[in-house]
Amino acid sequence: MEVVEEYGQAGGGEIPPWDEVVWRILKRNEIRLITYVPDKVLAPLINRVEADDSFRVICPAREEEAVGIVCGAYMAGMRGVLLTQTSGFATLPNVLASLAVPYEIPIVMFISERGTLGDRQLVQTKVWKTMRPALDALGMDYHTVTRADEVEFVVEQTIKQAMATRAPAAIILSPLLTKKNSD
Amino acid sequence: MNSTLQNMARRDAKIMNRSDLTARLVRKLEHGEAVIGGIGSTNHDLWVSGQRPENFYMLGSMGLAVPIALGVAVAQPERKVIALEGDGSLLMQLGSLGTVAAEEASNLIIIVFDNGVYNITGGQPTLTSQQVDLVAIARGAGVSNSEWAKDESHFEQLVERALKEDGPCFIATRTDRKLAPGFSEFNPTKIRHNFMLGIGAA
Repeated sequence: MEVVEEYGQAGGGEIPPWDEVVWRILKRNEIRLITYVPDKVLAPLINRVEADDSFRVICPAREEEAVGIVCGAYMAGMRGVLLTQTSGFATLPNVLASLAVPYEIPIVMFISERGTLGDRQLVQTKVWKTMRPALDALGMDYHTVTRADEVEFVVEQTIKQAMATRAPAAIILSPLLTKKNSD
Repeated sequence: MNSTLQNMARRDAKIMNRSDLTARLVRKLEHGEAVIGGIGSTNHDLWVSGQRPENFYMLGSMGLAVPIALGVAVAQPERKVIALEGDGSLLMQLGSLGTVAAEEASNLIIIVFDNGVYNITGGQPTLTSQQVDLVAIARGAGVSNSEWAKDESHFEQLVERALKEDGPCFIATRTDRKLAPGFSEFNPTKIRHNFMLGIGAA
């Protein structure tokens, strides 16, 4: 059996890659269902959960479907999350506003942030501008992770709060975290 | 089930009544089957058929009855789960049929009430009024156990088989344009909580 341990900030030592930290946090918070629509930035995390039999991983055709699947699974006793890129999140306000938010179903979304900090695609930058206003309008809790040493606290506490308060939430993975040190 | 598959086209299916079919379905549910009612008359008819604790009523998120049902089916593989959906709703989320097939959701049953119109918005025609055949689409998506119900007794036979055998199963019905004779509960928190209690997850 795999040992899932916390990384203490005081322990010194090197901080593992963000995707490894997230994977461990998902496991110890009993998240058993991972839904995603493919994304290059999220690929390391997707590969990790795909390789781990303790997760059920579903890749549907659209992000809206994924929200429905996670909501159904939650109501039946299985916790799930959605991995999506910024443009995928932009397709979701209707189903979040009419399903996850009012029914009080705590779907946690990991959004890889595209359209900022050096994105050369104009269309991505336009979609990026809709993300935080949409999250604000939905009244959803969200945090942006920019540094490796913040991953553990932000992800763990966001998941725990979402589950305890039955409120959907988003964790935005900034290029400062996912791109700056990997290029 | 494959050996008895019919190749009936939509136009050859009898036009039936959704409330009546919903009541016929519910009478056959004896093992705590979960039922997800899609937005609109589908949902209201499910409510009117008797408020089983294992029923979930969608008030929005048009098109998500099948994905929600798939989520329930994945989390509780021992329980049969039934998605009730209208043609207009299903047309919004056709990819979900491919997902259901890919996930081999053997405990999932999809029942579609196809009246060819967006009924509660004034009866504008859907694509099934033109050329779209939802059974052909479901089969093409990989849900091979997909059939049109010829008439009421055939519908009951298809339901009985789907409840007994491994799925996923897709049962399509042609229905008239009568509105549901009532309205479902409108409080989402209450709906979610009662459903979770009903399927032992609260």
